[in-house]
Amino acid sequence: MAIVSVRGPLRKLAGARAEHELEGVTVLELLRALEGRHPDLGGWVLDERGLIRRHINVYVNGERGEEATPVRDGDRVEVLPAITGG
Amino acid sequence: MSELVVGTKKGLFLLEGEPNSGFDITTRAFAGDPVDFATRDPRTGRLLAAVTSPFYGPKIFYTDGGPEAEWEQAEGLALPEGGDSALERIWVIAPGEADGTLYAGGDPGVLFESHDGGASWEINAGLWEQPSRPHWQPGGGGLCLHSISTWPGDPDRLAVAVSAAGMWLTEDGGRTWRRGNEGLNPGYLPEEALADENAGRCVHHVERAPRQPSRMFMQFHGGVYRSDDAGGSWTDIGGGELPSDFGFPLMIDPADPDSAYLIPLVADMDRVTPDGRVRVYETRDGGSTWAARGDGLPAQHAYLTVLRQAFNRVGEGPELELYFGSTSGELFGSCDAGASWSTLATRLPPVFSLVAF
Repeated sequence: MAIVSVRGPLRKLAGARAEHELEGVTVLELLRALEGRHPDLGGWVLDERGLIRRHINVYVNGERGEEATPVRDGDRVEVLPAITGG
Repeated sequence: MSELVVGTKKGLFLLEGEPNSGFDITTRAFAGDPVDFATRDPRTGRLLAAVTSPFYGPKIFYTDGGPEAEWEQAEGLALPEGGDSALERIWVIAPGEADGTLYAGGDPGVLFESHDGGASWEINAGLWEQPSRPHWQPGGGGLCLHSISTWPGDPDRLAVAVSAAGMWLTEDGGRTWRRGNEGLNPGYLPEEALADENAGRCVHHVERAPRQPSRMFMQFHGGVYRSDDAGGSWTDIGGGELPSDFGFPLMIDPADPDSAYLIPLVADMDRVTPDGRVRVYETRDGGSTWAARGDGLPAQHAYLTVLRQAFNRVGEGPELELYFGSTSGELFGSCDAGASWSTLATRLPPVFSLVAF
């Protein structure tokens, strides 16, 4: 099991909880599992193509990750809005 | 008392008032988020807002309470999963003719339908599965479906415009669609490309005259057109007194099928009001002649941009009220069919959309 943490509006949509213990061997599997547990998150992190939205960053144990990044038991996965704007 | 529902780069604003005596901002919602379009369903009073968070993607939210009440996220607003594109933005929301029906147009050239007042949506498969879709070309703002014209009293007839995939018409409730681009003359294409129906037809805005639904007006990317056959073919009416045939906003007076209002911009390479003056141009003869209406509007060093969804009206005939907003955050209004104008608000965020009630 890995720990996925979310914040801001994602936390509210995820049952008002920041940390979620989930099964999965890639970042994409974990994010799908999170959506499965909290359907209101559908479309907020992953788009219709199954891609992480452009201005969302995912870190695995502090290293930048992407959809196919492998995840092991005990890993920490953080989902963060990117620094962006204008 | 009129209400303005204003979508901006930094949130939704509601204003109430009269053009003569001024408007007050009553509400701001979705602070910090781009609200690309917002409106009410006039049948129910429900407020709907198309919000595109730069982080979390495009959504439609709705509320039946006051705008400070809880907003619900609408369901189903997505492209089919597993494809090679994602929904980029919702450009417009329009009430349909059937009870509870609403339409939403978005990028990439997609039409959604709701039959429960906007709580849930489904993609219009007929338009989505057009065989020519792989050849559709986006305009500068994306492949945006921005204009939705219903046919009063007939829910099966609908016209939509996509920049730059042109006009699409249905007479069977959206099951099948045909193009409606005959007569359009894109000056930005080489002559040899005009025969290619997939070459870009960059329609900027379309409105239908409700009392004579076969009459439509179009602001094109270089050209102003009128259709008298429900959007099947188009006649150029962009000459004469107009300072430019380029622009985006277009309105009509519902009482008069010969009426149209434009806010021209200089050109595609200089998208500001011509000569540093803000003027609305009116025709009352189907586009044969145009007259400038600028009394009360900025007349010196005013280089404004008015976007396609930022011009709207309420009422009709002599009581026609017209309203528009600019990307410089100003709102203007007229309560005498454009004869005179006043400034209603300044220093708002850039105005993306305005709908009046």
